[in-house]
Amino acid sequence: MESAPARLRFPLHIAVFLAPALIVYSLFSIYPIVDTIRLSFYVGDQEGARHFAGLANFRTLLTDPAWSAQFWNALRNNLIFFAIHMVVQNGIGLGLAMLLSLPHLAGGSIYRTLIFLPTMLSVVIVGFIWQLILNPLWGIAPSLLKAVGLGSYFGPWLGQEATALIAISLISVWQFVGIPMMLIYAALINIPDDLLDAATVDGAGPFSVFWFVRLPLILPTLGVVSILTFVANFNAFDLIYAVKGALAGPNFSTDILGTFFYRTFFGYQLQVGSPTMGATVATAMLVVILIGVLIYLFGVQRRLQRHAF
Amino acid sequence: MNRAIRPARVLVHLALILYTVLALGPILLILINAFKTRRAIFADPLGFPDARTFTTIGFDQVFAKSDFGLYFLNSLAVTVVSLALIVLIGAMAAWALTEYRFRGNTIISLYFAIGIMVPIRLGSVSILRMMVELNLVNTLTALVLVYVAQGLPLAILILGEFIQQIPKDLRDAARCDGVSEYRIFASVILPLIRPAIATVAVFTMVPIWNDLWFPLILSPGDGKQTITLGVQQFIGQYVTDWNAVLASLTLAIAPVLVLYVFFSRYLVRGLTAGAVK
Repeated sequence: MESAPARLRFPLHIAVFLAPALIVYSLFSIYPIVDTIRLSFYVGDQEGARHFAGLANFRTLLTDPAWSAQFWNALRNNLIFFAIHMVVQNGIGLGLAMLLSLPHLAGGSIYRTLIFLPTMLSVVIVGFIWQLILNPLWGIAPSLLKAVGLGSYFGPWLGQEATALIAISLISVWQFVGIPMMLIYAALINIPDDLLDAATVDGAGPFSVFWFVRLPLILPTLGVVSILTFVANFNAFDLIYAVKGALAGPNFSTDILGTFFYRTFFGYQLQVGSPTMGATVATAMLVVILIGVLIYLFGVQRRLQRHAF
Repeated sequence: MNRAIRPARVLVHLALILYTVLALGPILLILINAFKTRRAIFADPLGFPDARTFTTIGFDQVFAKSDFGLYFLNSLAVTVVSLALIVLIGAMAAWALTEYRFRGNTIISLYFAIGIMVPIRLGSVSILRMMVELNLVNTLTALVLVYVAQGLPLAILILGEFIQQIPKDLRDAARCDGVSEYRIFASVILPLIRPAIATVAVFTMVPIWNDLWFPLILSPGDGKQTITLGVQQFIGQYVTDWNAVLASLTLAIAPVLVLYVFFSRYLVRGLTAGAVK
């Protein structure tokens, strides 16, 4: 009798266990995000005082020619950045996971560990490594391409407007391919062997087994991989900043929302930083990320679960 | 059957070896060229250093011109303190949320879950304002506070799932003996979740050590730079000094490589156990 109501009360020891985490997380994570959203509705004047301005900042961001051109450019580049990750990074990750999950593969864990290694490095370091390799001065890339007969295709990819964004996206793909590989690998080895054996006995070839048995079973994992890729990509900053600086050159061709946010907040050679406009850009990024998360939660995940069971 | 499989297996290994070379080649290239003379870096970038081409001039320059040791210690301090706090107060919260049933349990769990999907970086404008008001700008404390807040949600999720798997009898037996809830947590639960703590530690350590954004915003100068920021600023200034650039990259890569050798098994296990679902 006594234990049931005692469990429903809020005893002191529960509060003691929860309080430190709740306080730090609320103060330095939730509160700043909420406060940033609040700030996006204010404008600052020359004396540093702030006035409520409703949606004025968002109107500026979306319609003022100077702002909206940069915003839409960053958003479009970010979508391309994300699309390349979805297709190339998650495609290669899936392929590697398929190979690694083959039964009785010798050295599987060594491949897994080594291929995952670049993921551990700082994005800043990875950016510099590739900058050196793709540098026309040093000529590693051209001589390697020449060795496989593609020498004439070399170009200063990181420096050209048409190719810089693709080159940077592929550098990021190179670094992070280990994450989808690991997650998909885990899902593949969790498929019971009976299912695969049954399909093989029924006369399915390796391709049909993949397409009709394994792929449907790992769809939920592919969903998780997609949303993780989405959040990471729309929050990216370090790589572009390390390789191209805050101006995301050439001519803003590698500008994504993260670098746009940094410039708006801190300013750069051509413009003074603005906390309130920075908050507005951050809020816009939050909206983009939330839209993606909601599409995943209510569109993708639900449908996937129906398929899986 | 065996004969039919073998050629296919060779192709599988070929593909995996090729990709492994692609993954490791660029890192090795930096490491071997960091120990070569400038002439050898350009003349034969793919060759290993030998008696004629070996030099440590890049490292000497880096140590003479920058505070690499200091940056390293800053990163180490921030990472270790953040990690200890995340693991301790994360485990406490995870224990409270999985062990006790009380009003608001679900809400608080969901409240923590928000932090997994919403990047704390988007609150930077207000974080900087707060740190200015608290007089914490250009201190390592500011970084620790932000990283603890950032790392807690995932830590609570992973540790919570682990605590759930501990048999109920253990704590009930302790309760019958009149042991306090704090003692149960400290001497029964904490030792039992050590493997999970290792997984959380690796998952949390990597983003903290590698972060550029918050050091850039909260402690950009005055000897409080972390190694990632230090490398970024140093290389930015000396782009043309190839020896120094390669040496500083090597110095930044080395600790991560050492760490990975020791902890990769926890990381791989954590990922393949689906810890980040």
